[in-house]
Amino acid sequence: MNTVNEQVVLKWPESLYSEFERKPGEEKRATHYCPGCSHGVIHKLIAEAMDDFGIRDRTIFVSPVGCSVFGYYYFDCGNFQAAHGRAPAVATGAKRSRPDSIVISYQGDGDLAAIGTNNILHAANRGENITVFFVNNAIYGMTGGQMAPTTLEGQKTSTSPTGRDTSLTGKPLHMSELLATLDAPVYIERVAITDAKHILAARKAVRKALQTQIDRKGFTFVEILSTCPVGWKMDPQEAKGWLEENMMKVFPLGVFKDQVKETEPLPVPVTPIPAEEVPEILFKGMSAFERTGEPDWGDVPERYREPKIKVAGFGGQGILFLGALLSNVALRKNFHVTWLPAYGPESRGGTANCNVVISTRPVAAPLITEPEVVMAFNGPSMDRFEPLVEPGGVLMYNSSLVSQEPVRDDIENVAVPATGLAVELGDGKVANLIMLGAYLSHTGMFTEEDVNEALNAVIKYKEMLELDRKAVARGFQYIRESQ
Amino acid sequence: MPVRFVKGNEAILQGAILAGCRAFYGYPITPSSEIAESAARLMPAIGGVFLQSESEIGAIQMVYGASGAGLRVLTASSSPGISLKLEGISYLVGSRIPAVIVNIMRGGPGLGNIAPAQGDYFQMVKGGGHGDYRLIALAPNSPQEMCDLTMLAFDLADKYMNPAAIMADGFTGQMMEAVEFPDPVTDLPNKPWSVQGNAETAGNLINSIYLDPEELEDRVRKLFEVYAVIEKEEVRSEEFYTDDAELITVGYGIVSRLLLSAVEIARADGLKVGLIRPITLWPFPSVRLGELARGTKKFLVSEMSTGQMVEDVRLAVNGRVPVDFYGRWGGVVPSVEELRKAIYEAYPEGETS
Repeated sequence: MNTVNEQVVLKWPESLYSEFERKPGEEKRATHYCPGCSHGVIHKLIAEAMDDFGIRDRTIFVSPVGCSVFGYYYFDCGNFQAAHGRAPAVATGAKRSRPDSIVISYQGDGDLAAIGTNNILHAANRGENITVFFVNNAIYGMTGGQMAPTTLEGQKTSTSPTGRDTSLTGKPLHMSELLATLDAPVYIERVAITDAKHILAARKAVRKALQTQIDRKGFTFVEILSTCPVGWKMDPQEAKGWLEENMMKVFPLGVFKDQVKETEPLPVPVTPIPAEEVPEILFKGMSAFERTGEPDWGDVPERYREPKIKVAGFGGQGILFLGALLSNVALRKNFHVTWLPAYGPESRGGTANCNVVISTRPVAAPLITEPEVVMAFNGPSMDRFEPLVEPGGVLMYNSSLVSQEPVRDDIENVAVPATGLAVELGDGKVANLIMLGAYLSHTGMFTEEDVNEALNAVIKYKEMLELDRKAVARGFQYIRESQ
Repeated sequence: MPVRFVKGNEAILQGAILAGCRAFYGYPITPSSEIAESAARLMPAIGGVFLQSESEIGAIQMVYGASGAGLRVLTASSSPGISLKLEGISYLVGSRIPAVIVNIMRGGPGLGNIAPAQGDYFQMVKGGGHGDYRLIALAPNSPQEMCDLTMLAFDLADKYMNPAAIMADGFTGQMMEAVEFPDPVTDLPNKPWSVQGNAETAGNLINSIYLDPEELEDRVRKLFEVYAVIEKEEVRSEEFYTDDAELITVGYGIVSRLLLSAVEIARADGLKVGLIRPITLWPFPSVRLGELARGTKKFLVSEMSTGQMVEDVRLAVNGRVPVDFYGRWGGVVPSVEELRKAIYEAYPEGETS
């Protein structure tokens, strides 16, 4: 037995570089870690598992900021170096891009439990199929021994020189316990790197976590209590004793979650469809049309040509749709059109408005401050936009809801009882289409057939079509009869 | 070619997908959320990845991971969200990872508001994040360009291995216009440098640490050698009526369209006014502006900010002629009429209406 164990322990894992070429300096076979540091042992446990599972080529190793920032000196696989705390987000992006890869996020306590708490918590909660090795040595090692979120109560560090005062800085954060409250993680265990017995337990946990990922069962997390003799200002032997006597009391070892057996493998990810097939899906349900020639105003009176239109009313009155439908009508007659809605708080306070510009030339400014046409669907819109209409312009207003009379006499005022007419047709909501019909009828810009053609193309719910058409027709009819 | 009537924000995602982008990571923020919403609908439908991240910081790091793994990846946000992404953008540059980042700019500083603005020019064009770097910055002014420049951004990002940004505003994002969509890209570039989790790429490393200062100096020097090529090859701008112009206006994005309307009104009144519109904000059309400065009497720069791009115009013009500025900020969009007035006031012979 001894012989077998020795062989296992003494073999140089193939998943570690045989010489650490990326490491500066002369000594290419020793790590850069301090004497008595646990990182070397943990690296070896992971590398052995990569060897044994045959996953070296598939492995993407994400090194964080911290002492293990140089993980890529050692692991002979694909490597990412990540920003401080962000390894779980980087790992998420890599894994979702390459679902067949094995992604390891290897993080220290400052990285994972302080600056990166948000990222680890959400990666765990999403159940990313990655493995996180969390090296907890209760201190910031790389930056020279500052207090970590896992620093013990009373522990002296360079930023807690009189010992950590938990009344000021909180108590040590228990990440394994915290993450174990989430539904998604399938395996969470805390182990320690001290004596052979504990190292063997750690080895087992490392392997179980990686095997679970290989089996596509979801998020695995192994917290590894580790020594930092230099940071702790102890010799390596003392450090092991301190870990066992102090850290293990605060961070008890054990399995906090294990649902590996009962978890079904995640579904095999869908492969992207070929590029050639993309447009069909991309433009599904979006009407397309061909330009058939040059736009021409024909018999439309000069004053109604090249209109800059503002449509305004309550949210829910179909204001934006009216503008979009009118745009579609004009586009199908080869005109250049822009449609621009008022958005944000303006659109949430119960009011809605949009700008439509129709032109024979490409439209420059899509925003209208001095409209030539205003369609006002309620009193507030009338108040706001009537004064802005260009002299000689057109004000169409919904006289069912607008109680005041227009005050301007230098513009054309056209009253349309749109809501009343819509209710007569059976649905007050089509007041917008009645107004559109009235506007087009008044100006002679486009015909009822032009609108119906556009309606056919843009209306998704065909059962609405009949009423919509009736409403447009009613608008045309109303103007014909009243003029 | 068939045309479709689409919103600028949607055209960005459609352009991205046509360019071969198969992953979107982002966090909701007005006025860019529609891009994420379109991605949530379309990415799964084409077998791509959509993930709403825990934060803007998370989103850009997912982009780092996904693009580092060899995919074309998009993220989109708006000003305050971009501030949070700057850490990740610096890492993308430092590690030479391409990516496309959309900023639908809004009023700032601070939480500001969600109205259209251009106050992020310094942030996007001059760096913003830590260290020496440049972002390729494209400024569309129509839904058509939201599509076209997004596609271009992916090509430039891959070609030069540097992130590229789309700098637009809420108006260009919300506006609908007819768009002709190009055919999808079918031959995506090979990325032998990436880390794909397979035998071919197992030796690769995505990294931005260079502890030896001379090594880092060399690395940054190489980066700026690439930037020199970009500045030579990739400048794009558009001009209107500049041939005989005595006053040349300068504006990007939505402002360029408002300016064009004002310029055309002034032209109809007999004023010799022109417009140059930078399409690439970095690389900036400095050379062309310098040339124009030899043939015109004055420039008038307009921005929806207190004046940021105007500094680059002044550097390019280099004192040859005066450079005036007219700005609105805080989410206020200048009207065509006030731009017209600004043009008349700036006009070299002092002619006003």
